[in-house]
Amino acid sequence: MTISEKIKAGKLLVSDGAWGTFLQKKGLAAGECPESWNLSRPDDVFDIADSYIKSGADMIETNSFGGNRFKLAFFGLENKVFEINKAAAELSRKAAGTDHYVLGSVGPTGKLIMTGEVTEEELYDAFKEQVLGLEAGGVDAIVIETMSDIDEARCAVKAAAENTKCEVICTFTFEKSGEKAYHTMMGVTPAQMTEEMVAAGAHIIGANCGNGIEGMIEIVEEIRACNSRIPVLIHANAGVPHYCDGETIFPESPEQMAGYVNKLISAGANVIGGCCGTTPDHICRIAGIVHGKV
Amino acid sequence: MTINMDSLLEQIAFCIENGKVNKDAPYPPNMKGQDGADELTRQALDAGIKPEVILKDALVIGMDKVGQKFSEKKIFIPQMLMSAKAMNAATEHLKPFFNSGEVKRKGKVIIATVQGDLHDIGKNLVKMAIEGAGWEVIDLGVDVKTEKILDTLKDNPESLIGLSALLTTTMQNMQNTVEELKQKYPNNKILIGGAPVNDDFRAKIGADNYSVDPQAAVRYLNALVS
Repeated sequence: MTISEKIKAGKLLVSDGAWGTFLQKKGLAAGECPESWNLSRPDDVFDIADSYIKSGADMIETNSFGGNRFKLAFFGLENKVFEINKAAAELSRKAAGTDHYVLGSVGPTGKLIMTGEVTEEELYDAFKEQVLGLEAGGVDAIVIETMSDIDEARCAVKAAAENTKCEVICTFTFEKSGEKAYHTMMGVTPAQMTEEMVAAGAHIIGANCGNGIEGMIEIVEEIRACNSRIPVLIHANAGVPHYCDGETIFPESPEQMAGYVNKLISAGANVIGGCCGTTPDHICRIAGIVHGKV
Repeated sequence: MTINMDSLLEQIAFCIENGKVNKDAPYPPNMKGQDGADELTRQALDAGIKPEVILKDALVIGMDKVGQKFSEKKIFIPQMLMSAKAMNAATEHLKPFFNSGEVKRKGKVIIATVQGDLHDIGKNLVKMAIEGAGWEVIDLGVDVKTEKILDTLKDNPESLIGLSALLTTTMQNMQNTVEELKQKYPNNKILIGGAPVNDDFRAKIGADNYSVDPQAAVRYLNALVS
């Protein structure tokens, strides 16, 4: 059964928590390429995947968020896109076994089409290269995340839908721009995202990162107001990070985050997990509530 | 035919505010076929309007409105980028006067995303707003080591410095950079910005200003020279 099929059969599912901030805890330095760890420190990457499986997640991501040729070029790794993504997928697959899903993480390129620094074709090709590596490593789905620009997200969704057999998930990052109003930094609303990404071929849509789980409730409500059927996935941050004496602190505890889960489900979310700052403890708490419901 | 100079300046400001680059530009759709910032600036110069007047009474005013709307979340990055494009089209005509020294800008700002951080969208927006407010900007790019800023300061010792960081993990590098810069150039003002940065952090690391958005950076800089 695919993730969407399970959701349509009435299941609520739990996704994993943070990867980037987890890698940092394991010693990833500022300015170091996180995806290079798939080759240089596979045990540490496996350990993260494994800890989320053990905390009760039904699905885990891969360490491939910045695994596109544009981001990897900063580290001279632009010729290793396929290899790095395949390795990322294999590590998470190993932890997930056959009874959990693996979502291949695809983040933005950092390039903007409208300034002319990149064309839609170049973005499509870059995403295609990345998702082929992830599929070869055994992912069940591609999760295109932290998107803010409709055009870039559409390129990524199409590249995944047209070139792989994977389910395609796409989540955007919204910030509050007024009373009950949310926009991405490019001005995209949850309603626009919903319409455009469903049209582009996404099977599951949603939101990730942002300012914490509470705001996600209103975002899900806005998605549901324009589409009652599309499965919705939420990966929320553990609040807004503070920097304190060389350490980054995410303020929302596992208990605090778990306190919003029922409301998020009532609003219409089908899959709930974490983004920056969330830990296996957060996922364990969330899983306790989500799995207790079904 | 007499040209109404005030109206020409207002039109240039309007084009910048709305991102109308030139006559052929399709954006914004409701100004299709009309002259843009490019043509109107040329016309203004040909009509004898002084370049510093065009800068002050058209470009700066247009970009100020853009910055305010961005600050109030009435427009987002795409609209700001189009406005900056229109501003750049106008600035092209003024360049000879900047280069000859006939038009003086308010000062120079060295701008950079700190070491270890590859994010440049926020830095670029601030750069556009500062340029639009009449400042010269030296953009050092992303992942910038302190030494590179120090080298640039050697040739431009009076410059102000703007630093950006998106990641909480690169805030430490921002702190290191500010401390090193302040040791050697204690009087050069340093502005900082970026999603995880706030005024407490600014106070802690000894920078001079935290700008919450591009417009706040413009306000701070302008206050220094007013």
